[in-house]
Amino acid sequence: MLKRIGFKLIIAVGITAIITIGVYSYFNIRSLRESLLGEVERHATQLSETVKNSTRYDMLLNRREHIHIIINDIGADPGIDEVRVLNKEGEIIYSSREESIGHMVDKRAESCYACHAADRPLEKLSIVERTRIFRIHPDSSRVMGVINPIYTERSCWDAACHAHPQGQTVLGVLDVTISLAEVDRLIQKSAFEVGIFAVSGVLTLSLIIGFFVNRWVNTPVNALLSATKQVGAGNLNYMIPDLGVDDLGMLAKSFNTMTQRLSEARLQLFQSDKMASLGRLAAGVAHEINNPLTGVLSYSTHLLKRAERDPEAQEDLQVIVRETLRSREIVKNLLDFARQSIPKKNPAAINSVVERAVGVVENQLMIRKITLVRNFSRELPTVVIDANQIQQVFINMLVNAADAIDEEGGTITISTSSQKLSPLGMRHIKSASCPNGHSLMFNQFKIAGFPSVRVKAKCDSAEGFIMLDPVYGKNRHHFDLTVEPRKELHMTCPECNTSLVRANDTCPECGALTYAFDVPATGIFVGCSRYGCKWQKWDIVDSEGEKEYVEISIADTGSGITQDDLPRIFEPFFTTKGQRGTGLGLSVIWGIVDNHDGTVSVESEVSKGSVFRVRLPVQHDRRLRLEMP
Amino acid sequence: MKKKADILIVDDEQVVIDAVTKICSSLGLSVDASTDAHSGLEKIRSSDYRLVICDVMLPEMDAFQFLKRVTEAHVSVPVILITGYSTAENAVKSLNSGATAYVAKPFTENELLSAIHRAMRLAEILRAETETGRKSGQAKRPPVPMPGTYRLGNISWVVLEPTGTGRIGAAEMFVKSISTLREIELFQDDDEILQGSLCARIQSDDGLSHDVLSPLSGRIIQSNKELLTNLKILEHDPHVQGWLYRIIPSAMEYEVRNLLPYSEGR
Repeated sequence: MLKRIGFKLIIAVGITAIITIGVYSYFNIRSLRESLLGEVERHATQLSETVKNSTRYDMLLNRREHIHIIINDIGADPGIDEVRVLNKEGEIIYSSREESIGHMVDKRAESCYACHAADRPLEKLSIVERTRIFRIHPDSSRVMGVINPIYTERSCWDAACHAHPQGQTVLGVLDVTISLAEVDRLIQKSAFEVGIFAVSGVLTLSLIIGFFVNRWVNTPVNALLSATKQVGAGNLNYMIPDLGVDDLGMLAKSFNTMTQRLSEARLQLFQSDKMASLGRLAAGVAHEINNPLTGVLSYSTHLLKRAERDPEAQEDLQVIVRETLRSREIVKNLLDFARQSIPKKNPAAINSVVERAVGVVENQLMIRKITLVRNFSRELPTVVIDANQIQQVFINMLVNAADAIDEEGGTITISTSSQKLSPLGMRHIKSASCPNGHSLMFNQFKIAGFPSVRVKAKCDSAEGFIMLDPVYGKNRHHFDLTVEPRKELHMTCPECNTSLVRANDTCPECGALTYAFDVPATGIFVGCSRYGCKWQKWDIVDSEGEKEYVEISIADTGSGITQDDLPRIFEPFFTTKGQRGTGLGLSVIWGIVDNHDGTVSVESEVSKGSVFRVRLPVQHDRRLRLEMP
Repeated sequence: MKKKADILIVDDEQVVIDAVTKICSSLGLSVDASTDAHSGLEKIRSSDYRLVICDVMLPEMDAFQFLKRVTEAHVSVPVILITGYSTAENAVKSLNSGATAYVAKPFTENELLSAIHRAMRLAEILRAETETGRKSGQAKRPPVPMPGTYRLGNISWVVLEPTGTGRIGAAEMFVKSISTLREIELFQDDDEILQGSLCARIQSDDGLSHDVLSPLSGRIIQSNKELLTNLKILEHDPHVQGWLYRIIPSAMEYEVRNLLPYSEGR
């Protein structure tokens, strides 16, 4: 729990809140205390001046009774602790407290300390110096005292009573002490209130943060954590549920993509590993068998040579030699299978390649009561192919066709023909890039088996991606945004946002602006940016004109492929054969044919059968073309 | 002292040693055997064999290292490599490592015999050449090769032509090592031939047949029909008049790397 990221976040936010609110509260209370005390001080100073002024006249006339009455009246106020007048010697002459009159005050007492602290008594005191806060008893409430020195005036020494000698500057001190009990109570109350506010503030903040952290961090992090544990334990099929579109949601999505790729790679690795160990096994077996066969073959041929006069033995020995030579051929084929072959493209007659493929599976087909119909065109141009790879394609397709046919039997028809086809609907974009060189090819979304061309599109307020059909002229685009018909789209590169729309070029069919992107080594591809307009132009490919293709179609009367499965059959690892298939067959076929610049297409109807068509381009050997420029 | 043997056979399989011994004895040749390359090397250093027959896959030291050590020891002896791992790649590698001939296991008596005959004759020819060279004061120079000529051991050659095609033929040393040429069997046009695999078979007067292994893979577009009627041109001028095929190479860039330039060594 303490190590959880959510908890740590809450702690961090809580500490920040405590520090912020604490500092704020401290300064708030301090400023409140200062302003309250300032107010009391001002009040005390004013009071002290008032007492001094109102008793001045009576003092000059030495009317002691009057002074007593005034001081008593003022001192009776509940907020005032004591009002007293001390003479030069420190004797209390007047006081609001009767009992203290006549007492001597020590020069070190609070009232005297301000002036008498230094060696020579001060005569003048500033306002601040006159004020002090103290406690009379340690357990009583605080009081504020303001002393106000009473200076001599002319009438003090020339009056009739002339009680004070001339030359004495300070006659005595008026000392007013005011109780701070009320002020202290106010400060305490305020401090308490601020404290309550601070604590509840921190708590509320932590709770709110906690709620959101739990929702936005803890839950997705837990989901991710349990997913990594699952994958770590080897379950590569585990998928994290949708976690939204924030960073963690994106992380979950890329995690899912990653595990999916991993599981595909693992399968592929498993397959190639299986093939590699099969190869090693074959090589090992071949090598081991060849040594004993050497004994058999060399001895039998040796004997055969020396059995000229014994026709019977010669005949028998010939059987041994013949069969050993046959074994040698088998082992050699095994070795050829085991060794890695590099693709070798050569001009070849397609009919003989098909015939060789048929030869491999013919026996199997017969056993399964499948009739094979050959519908070969005899006038076919040669194609430049790797005959072995293409043969593998046909073997694979024939096996697929046979697998689709049930025990009752059926028919497989193989036809070959040559056709001239326009690039429209045939040629497809293999690579595409924006003006800044970013690739637009999008492998994650395939249209009829080909990776699509992805661009970003904007139309009014809607924004999203368009997966363009890479096949020239087919227009089976996929829109990730909703667009009203006939609207013009603004297309940009998904990576750098550079516009693909050409400002000064319009579609000859509808007049809307066109978009364009580079097809490296094959010129520029142009299309119309209006939704629904099918106009496209690919100059270089158009200039090549119609191309000649050899088409090989393999039709079966089998179970067919459902409409749902059709778009997926060329995906690696897609299989309907369950445990019997690896799902690699058709994707390998697709790869081989694509490598020959050809196409594979399929038409199928459930319970009627499927037709697979392979089209291979007819091209004259480039090296021979150099000979006759 | 032990009787001096003519042939050393190095193979880790007793049955192969026995078979080779049997075949050689019929020619009146005596055979010495080793079951590993190390003891084989020891034997080669201490006695003078006319021929060594060696298996490619041997424990500890394989035949290619063995051939290197034999050359380093300045022992001039023809070596025939035999292997049960009989791929075309192995044939190419063996012939370019300095083996005089290559025989895939399992072999018939005649297959081994023809290789032995050729190897022995080649050794004789070379010895005679060195002696003539010594007498006349200079070694015989190999023919100046055309640029773009490559060879597969001492078996065959190929000239890469500017048009992208390749002309192939049997090497002079190969032809010379065959006693008397009687007949040649060629492939048809449009046939595919593979590097290191059979491309033509020459019959000699002694009833043996000798396989020419192709230096490159490709499709035959033209064959030297003249050879079928006049085999003398192959005997007298195997590099120009006695060419075998013109082919369109199928993996030239890759395969040329396995070959030796013609001027290099013999």
